[in-house]
Amino acid sequence: MLRFIVRRLLQAIPTLLILSLLVFVWLRSLPGGPAGALLGDKATPEKIEALNKVLGLDQPIFIQYFKFLGRILSGDFGSSLISGEPVVAEIGRALPATIELGLTALLFAVVFGIPLGYLAASYRGRFLDNATVIGTLVGVAVPVFFLGILLKQLFAQDLALFPPSGRQDVTIDPTHVTNFAVLDGLMTQEWDVAADALWHLVLPAIALGTIPLAVIVRITRASVLDVLNEDFVRTANAKGLQATLVRRRHVLRNAMLPVSTTIGLQTGLLLGGAVLTERVFVWGGLGSLLAQGIERRDYPRLQALLLLAAVVYVLVNLLVDISYAIIDPRVRAS
Amino acid sequence: MTSLLKRKQQRVDALAESAGTSLAADAVRRMLRSPVALIGAFLVLLFLVLAIIAPFIAPKDPYQRYPELLEDLRPDFIPGPMPGFLLGGDELGRDFFSRLLVGAQQSLIVGVGATLIGLVLGMLIGGAAGAFGGWVDSWLMRFTDIMLSIPSLLLAISIAALASRGSQTTVIIAVAVTTVPIFARLLRGAMLAQRHSDHVLAATALGVRRRTVVFRHMLPNSLGPVIVQSTLTLATAIIEAASLSFLGLGDPDPSRAEWGLMLGNSQRYIDVKPELAFYPAIAIIIVALGFTLLGESLREALDPKNRR
Repeated sequence: MLRFIVRRLLQAIPTLLILSLLVFVWLRSLPGGPAGALLGDKATPEKIEALNKVLGLDQPIFIQYFKFLGRILSGDFGSSLISGEPVVAEIGRALPATIELGLTALLFAVVFGIPLGYLAASYRGRFLDNATVIGTLVGVAVPVFFLGILLKQLFAQDLALFPPSGRQDVTIDPTHVTNFAVLDGLMTQEWDVAADALWHLVLPAIALGTIPLAVIVRITRASVLDVLNEDFVRTANAKGLQATLVRRRHVLRNAMLPVSTTIGLQTGLLLGGAVLTERVFVWGGLGSLLAQGIERRDYPRLQALLLLAAVVYVLVNLLVDISYAIIDPRVRAS
Repeated sequence: MTSLLKRKQQRVDALAESAGTSLAADAVRRMLRSPVALIGAFLVLLFLVLAIIAPFIAPKDPYQRYPELLEDLRPDFIPGPMPGFLLGGDELGRDFFSRLLVGAQQSLIVGVGATLIGLVLGMLIGGAAGAFGGWVDSWLMRFTDIMLSIPSLLLAISIAALASRGSQTTVIIAVAVTTVPIFARLLRGAMLAQRHSDHVLAATALGVRRRTVVFRHMLPNSLGPVIVQSTLTLATAIIEAASLSFLGLGDPDPSRAEWGLMLGNSQRYIDVKPELAFYPAIAIIIVALGFTLLGESLREALDPKNRR
């Protein structure tokens, strides 16, 4: 098992290296180059040349790349053009908000998705199944940001059941420990803070989790249907094994393989969707940083966020592969 | 009614049988029977027709401001149609219905443009990987893996952010790039699966040139999943383009009638006029649903497992 993990970790290195090269090229292909982007409207050829020298952009390109690599490896992504603050510090502060939102959305999708998919497969062709399938098709077609706007208008504005935006009520003064609002409330035993933070999470998490939910339901249903047709399930049933045991030991375990991959693949959807959801709910996480960075073309910030997203994605897929190997011993050997 | 439907089905069945049961004919027959496919096809057709004839059937000039429509924004307005304006006006007093129609055209251009570019580039990469195999395959696939490792919306955002000023073209390119690795992987996988299949081995053994084997035998048999994916991609491309506009990465020209932009702009007026957000959203959902239904039923129809 350890060898498998080490091998997969080593395999991720070239991917990350080429990614860094892509981001490097991306920065170089900006209109006017990085210097032009930094100077913005004030750019003149003389100023660009002077700044190029300061930034080391007059050196050979491969030396520049290695310096760039050295900087990002030591965590130096430069300073945001908007706040002047180091990008890493900005991201560090916003990251917990996005992780909290993303995990809650994923939890929502998994907790409802797997049972729903399983039920739909068990009642194949019946009303519940058809309704579920249609629901998933519609769910995928709804733009994330519209779902957010709709939920916010309906449940926050009209019915006033949930707060319309933000992570915490303004009247609450929480003690910050980790910047994960719910976790902070629990750790400091400020129960009202934790409850309030959870309350704020509901609508954004549903908005963000709906598409992953639809995807997980469909994969679970398809996967369970596949497994139900397998010979070993018929054998298990034929030898008189209890139905619940067949379901748990044979059907579910085997059906979970494609599902676990799919859950990992949702990270991309969640990261992308978070940008839109955070915009709607004024969440103040990475998505808000990104949206603001786009508006002002804050390239150091965009570069760091892009690289971070890719690294997270690669790492999550690594975790999925490892979980795959745990569920299915055959994977380890190959 | 049911007997009529049955007769129709029987006629279609007979037609399919008389034409032999090629996979394509079989698929068409199954599509005609499936209500999901028919609904999807209907929605897609409706969208296509409306998008193409939009400028001719728009009742008003979509870019003209009508002062009488602006009164809608008063706090005590009564929602609903006004004489001459089916859906009322937008925040600048322009005819909303005409703008929705013209927006269909914008979505069609962006969706088809992005999908076509992605399809062509992806098929070039995937086709080369599938045809040559070996190191060409492993390098090209490593490249697509890296593209896939960046979440598609974020990739689109970073490409669109490269342009100092957004435009329809940057949106098309940004969305197209995200679809390239998907098409490439799909075609490559389908072609690799055939490398050792009997008909390819037979052709090679007969001394048929590799080019002929690839273009006459491997490629045509690999197109099924690509066609399915193109249909599904049209849906995601339209949603993704709307998301980019919503984030302010599209064409900043406020007069442009684009569903995502219309939705984004409507947010400020959502308490006064929620339908400004509602109509473009419904339009996006209907179109995306149409392509998804069509694509999914195509996938099922083309799946050899479902052949009888």
